[in-house]
Amino acid sequence: MAKRAAPEVNAGSMADIAFLLLIFFLVTTTIEKDSGINRKLPPIEENTEPPIIKQKNIFTVLVNKNNDLLVEDEPMEPKALRQAAIDFLDNNGDGSCKFCEGAKDPESSDNPDKAIISLKNDRETSYATYIAIQNELVAAYNVLRNRLALKLGPEKGFPNMNFLQMQDLHKDVRWNGNKEKLKALIDQIKKEIPQKLSEVVE
Amino acid sequence: MSKFKKKKDGGLAPINTASLPDIVFMLLFFFMVATVMRENTLKIKNVLPQADQIEKLDKKNPVSYIYIGKPSENYKKFGNQPKIQLNDNFADISDVAGFVAAERASLREELVPFLTIALKIDKKVNMGIVGDVKQELREVNALKINYTTASGDALSNIE
Repeated sequence: MAKRAAPEVNAGSMADIAFLLLIFFLVTTTIEKDSGINRKLPPIEENTEPPIIKQKNIFTVLVNKNNDLLVEDEPMEPKALRQAAIDFLDNNGDGSCKFCEGAKDPESSDNPDKAIISLKNDRETSYATYIAIQNELVAAYNVLRNRLALKLGPEKGFPNMNFLQMQDLHKDVRWNGNKEKLKALIDQIKKEIPQKLSEVVE
Repeated sequence: MSKFKKKKDGGLAPINTASLPDIVFMLLFFFMVATVMRENTLKIKNVLPQADQIEKLDKKNPVSYIYIGKPSENYKKFGNQPKIQLNDNFADISDVAGFVAAERASLREELVPFLTIALKIDKKVNMGIVGDVKQELREVNALKINYTTASGDALSNIE
């Protein structure tokens, strides 16, 4: 065979090919923005006796099919729900909660550990309203947890940090502080103010 | 005078485009890395409600998506009642259990307890179908759920 010099490959169309691929990926890219409200469903337990809970420890929230809100048998504007839930959780009726600043109303909840929020919705309630209500109730818990975090933080070595910032920091892989200590503090706050949000299933 | 004539003859030097492929490739690689392929083709309207007390969905743990919404324009023949979409198809309430089982089967065993079900639900859907799906999830013991929302003012949902 005669020796032939390898012909030079024409790279002029390289840019075109790259552009084609580029445009394909530009079009298919969806910058993911998945975030939302995490919830845990209650497991199905057979023939359990419902625990006996004092009526004053239950904060009933009812959303009807017209998306109207009924809180403790009184109509309420959604705007006012967050504060109402905070007042209920923070009430500290039996005085056992050291960090609460509530009104100590004997007719309202004993302490945050016993306080339960009960949410009931109609089948016709819109999902948007339901999420808004869930959001406000989670916000109420977060407000109290943030407040407690700011109180407990300094003595545990995490000053000027609220609960949400602590959680973010704990998830941050680049942070090289004492993760176990932070986790213990987060768990302590979660234990002091547990999210007891019950949903009524028809 | 010849000085000036020379300049006119030369004209504009052509721009060197030799580095154009390099630049384009750089962009290409960026988008290739940043791209997350859409897992499912949506057959439903899916405008998420807004909320501000949200947490990022942890991508370290496995996530399965359940979509609920009214069929979109092209799928009008399926009616205008909210429907469930699993993977690429419309489904019934009774299919949810099978879907969760299939998702679990495709995971490594140690990850199964961490499976999160992300509920992507259109904001105009009524709670009835959502409640049914939740009940179905409870029955197959898939208890970790996430109401996927956009971030924004939650109270703007109520109007």
